[in-house]
Amino acid sequence: MLKREWIYGWLLILPALSLIFLFTHFPAAMTLINSVFSTPRGGKDAHFVGLANYERLIHDPVFWKVLVNNLWYALGTIPVSIALALLMALLVNRPFKGRALARMAFFTPTILPLIAVANIWLFFYTPGFGLIDQILGFFGFGQTNLLGTPSSALPAIMVVAIWKEAGFFMIFYLAALQSIPLQLAEAARIEGAGRWTIFRRITFPLLMPTTLFVSINAVINAFRLVDHIFILTGGGPGNASSLLLYYIYETSFRFWDTAYGATLTVVLLSLLCLLAVGQFFLFDRKVHYK
Amino acid sequence: MSRFDRYLWNGGAGLLALLWVLPLLFAVWTAFHPSAYEANFTLSAPITLENFVKAWNAAPFARYFLNTFLLVTGITGAQFVLCSLAAYGFARFRFPGRGILFSLVLLQLLVMPDILIVENYKIIRAFDAVDTLQGIALPYIASGFGVFLIRQTFMTVPRELDDAARIEGAGPLSILWRVYVPLAKPTYLAYGLVSVSYHWNNFLWPLIVTNSTETRPVTVGLSVFATTDSGVEWSVINAATLMTSAPLLIAFLLFQRQFVQSFMRAGIK
Repeated sequence: MLKREWIYGWLLILPALSLIFLFTHFPAAMTLINSVFSTPRGGKDAHFVGLANYERLIHDPVFWKVLVNNLWYALGTIPVSIALALLMALLVNRPFKGRALARMAFFTPTILPLIAVANIWLFFYTPGFGLIDQILGFFGFGQTNLLGTPSSALPAIMVVAIWKEAGFFMIFYLAALQSIPLQLAEAARIEGAGRWTIFRRITFPLLMPTTLFVSINAVINAFRLVDHIFILTGGGPGNASSLLLYYIYETSFRFWDTAYGATLTVVLLSLLCLLAVGQFFLFDRKVHYK
Repeated sequence: MSRFDRYLWNGGAGLLALLWVLPLLFAVWTAFHPSAYEANFTLSAPITLENFVKAWNAAPFARYFLNTFLLVTGITGAQFVLCSLAAYGFARFRFPGRGILFSLVLLQLLVMPDILIVENYKIIRAFDAVDTLQGIALPYIASGFGVFLIRQTFMTVPRELDDAARIEGAGPLSILWRVYVPLAKPTYLAYGLVSVSYHWNNFLWPLIVTNSTETRPVTVGLSVFATTDSGVEWSVINAATLMTSAPLLIAFLLFQRQFVQSFMRAGIK
């Protein structure tokens, strides 16, 4: 028997759910399907090609390049921005003159569009004329080309991402710090624990759920946000600063090779799922739930 | 904490804060001074608004702003309606498939439309919505994050209020509107701020979907302006950059506390 409550429930979730299916589950499934078909070109329909796209992927040096880039990018930005976020939170958690200003300074980059942030930083990085070169020149150093040199292009982009992200993660640490009862640290102090010990043994472990939450966010962002690459390097020089999603964009919307774009998306999606699951297991034993 | 420690601690905070805000200060400096003072920091440099005037006249920013405004209000409004309905359904109704369907909604937190650009573009093309504002908005208006956030709030509403309204003869939609929505106002504010700043800043998807001035939001407009015209001076580009971020920046400075609390509320489950 169909209950009235069932029908109400289904009707309420129907509009949102059908849209989520249409723009998340359906395209995710189609990505998988299209990755074993060819790209339709000039009147020729897509036909089944089996694992040919994946074979091409394995032999594609650019794919390996951007994959390794992305892993370095994640490895370089995530721990640094999380550590900075924690440091910022600890610094502005105590009352002092100018605390509101300091908080604002840390948080403001977060609300700027990444495109705007990239424009601001481009002004620093420009060879000869940019601010970094002006400062270096003042101290007698020669000209640099941070964005145009393969070895420094990716790190230069990582700095921009860290600048934008750390303040965002800070507020979660601030909220968590404020929820830790003061008695814990006090009790430890009476027992003779130093401040470093208190941080390492009490504060840090109690912040673990926040660290898990923040790091999952950071991982997703490391693979999801590529806006700054458009402005700063365009992925160059020689794909030295290209990331996976940027390569997907280039493949699909510059060369219109959508089947290969789908294949690359499959890799990105599986990587994200793998990392999310991995993080849960990695943190599981260390997270202290309330 | 000893006096020395306190000085060290405050000094560290001040130094890091200064370092963090410097890039933005430089942008503000160059935008408000003639281009001759781009890297020449003399306090006597004349302050000017000319860079903003130049930027405003060099590209159709008025149109870009209108597009972004329509986009952001449209998306947030639609999200409020769709997510509230679904959140109410998931929070207060028992029906077969509820658990599975809810976890499918949560899957969107990981598999975001931001990543599925290739296939979503095909869908938008099939709807003949390429280069329209609806085309940019559609993949985002049903948000798994929104459903989750609002559902969490609805679950804390006491059942008795619900029952009382039902005894008075109110139907589900009127209960949702009269009981649940008013009690969840702080959540709506939080979600609204997060959503507005997310979509104000969104770039990749609008870049793909739009290809004309009539539909471009400010982020795409800014990138077109900053990358195609290599002859444009830095001070003008920086003025344009600040201009596009200004509405959010000013709103943030005015409602700083609400902003920070909103982001916190939206992040903590």
